[in-house]
Amino acid sequence: MTTTLSPADAPAGAAPVSSSRGLSWAQVRAALPGAARGLDPRRLWRSPVLLIVEAGAALTTVLAIASPSVFGWVVTLWLWATAFFAALAEAIAEARGKAQAASLRATQQHTVAHVIGADADLDDPGLWTTVEVAASELTVGALVVVDAGQVIPGDGDVVAGIASVDESAITGESAPVIRESGGDRCAVTGGTVVLSDRIVVRVTARPGHGFVDRMIALVEGSERRRTPNEIALGLLLSSLTVVFLLAVATLQAFAAFSGARQDIVVLVALLVCLIPTTIGALLSAIGIAGMDRLVQRNVLATSGRAVEAAGDVDVLLLDKTGTITFGNRRASELIPAPGIAPAELAHAARLASLADDTPEGRSIVELVDARPDADASPLPRGATLVEFSAHTRMSGVDIPAGHAERAISLRKGAASAIHTWIDATRGDARTGLAEASAAETAVADAVAAVSREGGTPLVIARQVGDGAAAALGVIHLKDVVKPGMRERFDRLRAMGIRTVMVTGDNAITARAIAAEAGVDDVLAEATPEDKLALIKREQAGGRLVAMAGDGTNDAPALAQADVGVAMASGTSAAKEAGNMVDLDSNPTKLIEIVEIGKQLLITRGALTTFSVSNDVAKYFAILPAMFAPLIPGLDALNIMRLTSPETAIASAVIFNALIIVALVPLALRGVKYRPSSASALLARNLWIYGVGGLIAPFLGIKVIDIILTVLGL
Amino acid sequence: MTTQAEVLAAVGQAGILISLLALAHAPLGGYMARVYSSQRDWRIESAWYRAARVDAHTDQRWRTYAMQVLGFSLVSVLVLYGLGRLQAYLPWNLGFTGLDPAGAWNTAVSFTTNTNWQWYSGEAAAGHLLQMIGFAVQNFVSAAVGLAVAVALIRGFARSGTDGRIGNFWSDLTRGVVRILLPLSVLAAVVLVAQGVIQNLDPHSTIATLQGGTQAALGGPVASQEAIKELGTNGGGFFNANSAHPYENPTHLTNLFEIFLLLLIPSALPRTFGIMVGDRRQGWAILGAMATLWLGALALTTWAEMSGPGTAPQLAGVAMEGKETRFGTAASALFAVSTTATSTGAVNSMHDSFTAPGGAVLMVDMLLGEVAPGGVGAGLYGMLVIAILAVFVAGLMVGRTPEYLGKKIGQGEMTLVAMYVLTAPAIVLTGAALAVSVAPGLAGIQEDGPHGLSEVLYAFASAGNNNGSAFAGLATGTGFYNTALGVAMLLGRFVPILIVLALAGRLASQRTVPTSAGTLPTHRPLFVGLVAAVAVIVVGLTFLPVLSLGPLAEALS
Repeated sequence: MTTTLSPADAPAGAAPVSSSRGLSWAQVRAALPGAARGLDPRRLWRSPVLLIVEAGAALTTVLAIASPSVFGWVVTLWLWATAFFAALAEAIAEARGKAQAASLRATQQHTVAHVIGADADLDDPGLWTTVEVAASELTVGALVVVDAGQVIPGDGDVVAGIASVDESAITGESAPVIRESGGDRCAVTGGTVVLSDRIVVRVTARPGHGFVDRMIALVEGSERRRTPNEIALGLLLSSLTVVFLLAVATLQAFAAFSGARQDIVVLVALLVCLIPTTIGALLSAIGIAGMDRLVQRNVLATSGRAVEAAGDVDVLLLDKTGTITFGNRRASELIPAPGIAPAELAHAARLASLADDTPEGRSIVELVDARPDADASPLPRGATLVEFSAHTRMSGVDIPAGHAERAISLRKGAASAIHTWIDATRGDARTGLAEASAAETAVADAVAAVSREGGTPLVIARQVGDGAAAALGVIHLKDVVKPGMRERFDRLRAMGIRTVMVTGDNAITARAIAAEAGVDDVLAEATPEDKLALIKREQAGGRLVAMAGDGTNDAPALAQADVGVAMASGTSAAKEAGNMVDLDSNPTKLIEIVEIGKQLLITRGALTTFSVSNDVAKYFAILPAMFAPLIPGLDALNIMRLTSPETAIASAVIFNALIIVALVPLALRGVKYRPSSASALLARNLWIYGVGGLIAPFLGIKVIDIILTVLGL
Repeated sequence: MTTQAEVLAAVGQAGILISLLALAHAPLGGYMARVYSSQRDWRIESAWYRAARVDAHTDQRWRTYAMQVLGFSLVSVLVLYGLGRLQAYLPWNLGFTGLDPAGAWNTAVSFTTNTNWQWYSGEAAAGHLLQMIGFAVQNFVSAAVGLAVAVALIRGFARSGTDGRIGNFWSDLTRGVVRILLPLSVLAAVVLVAQGVIQNLDPHSTIATLQGGTQAALGGPVASQEAIKELGTNGGGFFNANSAHPYENPTHLTNLFEIFLLLLIPSALPRTFGIMVGDRRQGWAILGAMATLWLGALALTTWAEMSGPGTAPQLAGVAMEGKETRFGTAASALFAVSTTATSTGAVNSMHDSFTAPGGAVLMVDMLLGEVAPGGVGAGLYGMLVIAILAVFVAGLMVGRTPEYLGKKIGQGEMTLVAMYVLTAPAIVLTGAALAVSVAPGLAGIQEDGPHGLSEVLYAFASAGNNNGSAFAGLATGTGFYNTALGVAMLLGRFVPILIVLALAGRLASQRTVPTSAGTLPTHRPLFVGLVAAVAVIVVGLTFLPVLSLGPLAEALS
């Protein structure tokens, strides 16, 4: 299925989701201007949490100017720092994308397209008249000639010719790929370079709306829309903000009644500490970083919505070939017919396959050569190759007399095809047909046995001279399941995801492979219509379905699936239909996409929990600071034994600001995710981020208080 | 100070209570599920539908359902207001005159909203007719409205893709009264009469005592009122002393029985919920969260009252101020926790006189939003909203779009949940802040300092969460408090009801998603603990500042 020249099958036990890119000072520096712009209140209307932080900071600034005090200025400064750190978090996440976008954009510079008339005869290059047009002026449907060494000016389909293309600009994969007209390898991407030969491309995307443009928009975050879960979480954060606003606003009335009227600066500090600033500040950075993690894995999603949906997937449709098994079958065993020595069968099988350049043929030679009695002699001279044809459904070799006493013909193929051939060699002597010989029965049994195990039987037969041909034995061709697949499916099952293997094989073969790979279900002898029907059936039951595909006939199913991952090597139709494109054309990546989607949600939930848990400690710092001077009993709440009311409040505000910075790397990287049951995940995350969120600020505030005391503030 | 025997007795009575509730749980829960699922009307119900000319058979969308809840309640308020204002012209008025406008408004809202806040003394302001056709009728129907709304929300979870149809209000209301509340109160009233609660139509009279003094001998249909007062988590006493009055609550046995009655329906409703959504474990989980909170509150209050921290109780040897000597500290604590945790508001002791930590727990019981186990119906829907909130945060943490009982908790659902969670704090905080800021409010506060603040906070917590119990000490019979608390009760009842019905409509129109191994299980102890924790955390974070100035300051001083 994959058409890259180098095998695109990544090791199946792929790395767990984690970012290889750390956070460097250079990145932080690059993000500073963006962070300053992020303080613009007009950009904050979507986030009431941050809006309140800024409004509070502005208010304390005015108060600090009106009646200056060290405490007032310290609080003011750190409130502005809180707002700035929030803007910085988002700017850092965006800056990482911008660097990528810049390198992508470099591929688009100054491309000139050689356009030929739409009615040109594609078969006769001599008659073409080319017109030079800037790539940015191309129209959909234009025919463009691209020669070796030229950059393909826009996305399109190859309509004539075949060429090797360097797609490293987008995939990062240095090995060139073949692109040719017709079939499933016709799509080319603007910005890639033709290395050899010449192709004619029909442009399918308007300039500025091509693949690379979408990718740039995506990594820059300019097309970022908030996803449904993000909006719902935003609502929760807003309502928490309103609750705390109410609590703090009414507190002044209660305090006045109790004779403990408070400074506005103190009330603002309390409010900013209580509202969920941590998650509020990191929310958009988490979303941007999630998309970024996908891009790092060479997956391009059309929307954040699709990434989120990936976390919700219930059913995964995986093609057998290339995803679960290596693309090709391999010979695994030779079963001789009665009376035939194993070595004799091995020798015949080798000769019949030496000239066979298919992976199956090569695997037979490799199997025989691995035998201790291997005979590595080349094919005798004068031997003629019999090519596989769809009509005879067998291949083989004819060796003229001379090497041996009589001419020898070897054939290998499906049992029924070989049977037909044997019958033909018997000529009129068809009498033997009625009662099959014991040898024939044994071969038939072996064929049946191989089929039952999910393998493909190939029968080898030999004709000596003009005599009747006879079967020598059976070669067991086996689908080889990629290593590590069973573990991956077990992990998926633990996550509550059912895997369905889709294959064109018959039911028996399919089930045998499914059992070996450990998938939950099988769709055998599948046509594209069957796939579509299966997806619709699952969706009718309320389940979300993900699938990968590359062919034009996959397009309807890709469009129907909730998460459709098209292979970059696939057709434009497939890429248009899916909501993600995998630039590595590796269908196994579906599993990683699901994990990234889940990790995105978990990071949001964990940081929300952490943020809210933090409030407990802040109360224990600020409430006694506010009221203990007037109601001495409340000093009992000062369990951290903070030095003075001023240091207590300042410590809480400073902690509140610094924790944002401290958590930026976590927000960008995403929290650690190990596939396991929902209960185990919840328990783990509640421990780390709930209980951890309770304890951490007690320690942090105490430490800051000690530092402030030492500094003499 | 407390003997081991007293502790054993306290644990023993709680044990008996829990056993009785456990015995009733399955039969009553199952019966209520059948009542609201049955297709057939009783003959008396059909007759009533014909007489009232209401359509009791159309499956209604949530807007229709909500309009009828509001319409019915508006009529109830108007009728009660009229009865109160015109009492002078009514028979059996025992010579009492009409209520003043603010007082009539407060009382009308109070009984319609299942709050039963009483600014007046029953025996000094309300005649038998007002008690019977005014208060008693509302005791039944306001409880039935709560049940109806809860059942509508259950249907929202249980149904799949119904374009928002959640049942028929008239049918739910009528069945709640006819099949659940009436039969149970008749049984309960008989038990109460047998135990010595009075039931007559005698006027209150003054009699000469043997010592030569005079005493008021009160009369009235008390037992029948008492039964529905507890059963419907209403709480409005026939007499001012409420369940501390020997005519309302004569013995230890009636005391325990009344606590049983007020917990009966709220604790059985999770069963109804479990059956109707087709997974009883979900009902157990909700009950588990309610029980956790109730037991926690009971343990804290009982400890506080029995050990009696604070200067006065230490000097007196026991925290008996404001408590009936007949019941003592433990039975008072059990009653107080149950009445504040169920939105009943009946009292057998004066909460004002509880120890500071004990009083704080009672306040928190109400501030939790009356969910442990809460009012009839209201407790269940309140707890389900909290469960949705817990599911949302927990769901994110397991990496899926949060879903509860197969319903996705998305943007629309969270908008409603956020509004619900905001409502009660907004009412309580703004109401109490207003009261301590304006002169008419300050005028009613008896004491300065933390205790005065506690009184105000308690009043608005009680009104805003439709509990109805009073901390006493606050002079609330004024125009300011009657009006302000009336508004608090009205908003505290009907804003959440509207939100819950809208939520029910949304959920009912959603297609139910099948559960998978990746779905967060919502019946395990971990989730039960999370729901209880979310309830406490939301309240704790919202009210800790003001609580620290009120009961906490009092307790720590």
